[in-house]
Amino acid sequence: MTVDWYSFWIFTTLLMALTAATVVGQMLRRRTELGVNPAVVEQFNQRTRAWWMMTAMLAVGFLLETPVVTVVLFGFLSFWALREFITLTPTRTADHRTLFWVFIVFTPLQFYFVSTGNYEVFTVLIPVYAFLFIPARIALAGDYKRYLERSATIQTGLMICVYCLSHAPAMLYLQIPDYNEFRLLLFFFIVTALSDGFHYVCEKTMGRHLIAPAISQSKTWEGFLGGLGCAALCGLAFAWASPFDPLQAAVMAGVISAMGYCGGLTMSAIKRDRGVKDYGTLLAGHAGVLDRIDSICFAAPVFYHFTRYLVVP
Amino acid sequence: MHPVTAARDRSAVSYALAAPHMTATAPTIPHETLTSRLLETAARMGIVGFARFISGAGARWINCQPDVNQRIYFANHTSHLDALVIWSLLPPQCRALTRPVAARDYWEKGRVRPYLAKHVFGALLIDRQNIKVHQSPVDLMLREMGDRYSLIVFPEGGRSTDGELQEFKSGLYYCAKKRPDLELVPVHIDNLNRVLPRGEFLPVPLLSCITFGPPIWLEAGEPKTAFLSRARESVRRLRDL
Repeated sequence: MTVDWYSFWIFTTLLMALTAATVVGQMLRRRTELGVNPAVVEQFNQRTRAWWMMTAMLAVGFLLETPVVTVVLFGFLSFWALREFITLTPTRTADHRTLFWVFIVFTPLQFYFVSTGNYEVFTVLIPVYAFLFIPARIALAGDYKRYLERSATIQTGLMICVYCLSHAPAMLYLQIPDYNEFRLLLFFFIVTALSDGFHYVCEKTMGRHLIAPAISQSKTWEGFLGGLGCAALCGLAFAWASPFDPLQAAVMAGVISAMGYCGGLTMSAIKRDRGVKDYGTLLAGHAGVLDRIDSICFAAPVFYHFTRYLVVP
Repeated sequence: MHPVTAARDRSAVSYALAAPHMTATAPTIPHETLTSRLLETAARMGIVGFARFISGAGARWINCQPDVNQRIYFANHTSHLDALVIWSLLPPQCRALTRPVAARDYWEKGRVRPYLAKHVFGALLIDRQNIKVHQSPVDLMLREMGDRYSLIVFPEGGRSTDGELQEFKSGLYYCAKKRPDLELVPVHIDNLNRVLPRGEFLPVPLLSCITFGPPIWLEAGEPKTAFLSRARESVRRLRDL
């Protein structure tokens, strides 16, 4: 294996950042006299753990030099997120067979096509075939009560948890000349994680004007713009690891940050609608996967396509 | 000897006393080979893994801890998976001593279900159609429990369709009256009816939650209806905890 120093350094950076986040999180947890809200600290630590897990998923694929492992691991993540989503949304008994297809056929099939690198198929499988199949199958079951609502919730779940998330491992199959695609995914991870962190810090320090008070009491314009600016700077700082020139990298990081923010806002709206605080408390004893990957879900497909327009010949 | 095997031997004894349709398991197993034992262990591990995965179930123990003393776990009945999932969520030591009480008409169909019921989780099969006064299910259950086993029962008698708790049948009361030493542990099953609804045979892997609550006992002189509604309430309140 030829040593790819760029990949090595970006991996090291990510590991150092995660170690720092873990140390800070554990310190805040132990030193209660600092007066930081324990719930917030716990949330931060859970998020850090999720990032460790995703980095490990990427590292396994990277070390084995095969993206398939990463695709499979993301497939499981998707599956779990979809479980949480569908558990949260009300479906009726008549939707049972539809859900069976969604879980057992469409989800694995989507990740299978991602792993074959078949762009033409994996980008249309869910928006075309699954989206037509779902309402038809529900109609076939013969229960018309809240028909549109039921089709829409199942479609939304499949879209966010499976289709959008599958674009993260799909980045490994972009054919960028003279470039190791693992670095692209690492760049994406680093920018998303830091942007999440910056959003939070900016909201706590400068937050004044709420974006949508009815949906979230913590999301502010200051947090959004501050996070976006910081993320763009991060993009600039990590441009060496990306296939972009510095300006492009900054814009891309801004796009990731904005989309990630939209993801968080959308998930908050869904949670408000269903009257739960976070997906972790939905059914006691479960960790909320959806809470931690909301920003990735929204940022991944947009980042994927922008990269494709920009650098894939 | 594995407890399930022990249960089988015990039932072989009780078989002589009980009417044939009442016995929990087949009368005798002539030759217990190593292969069949290994197969049973593998099936047991497989079924536990499957049940835990498909139900996505998390167990919550509220004012109650897993223990090997004799208990009757009583739960709301929402799906065919209920008994299997509760059984799978118990820690291995408790699981080996716990036998689900299930409907004979469902578990004796086909080839797979009888094997699972008999060899894998040692189910106690009750005939719902043919109940005789002198060999009531309660007597059978208590005899099968002996001084060793715990049971999982569904006092509603059938699966509810709308997710609401139905009235409890009186079996739990008579068990408590005849064996006042048993701990009656309320169990609430949430969302499993969506994993495998009535009339479906393929499960959808949603997330469910099983809550074990603090044990109750029959109070001295407590009337039947009062006890049964108290038991029902002890299951219902777990939903909101």
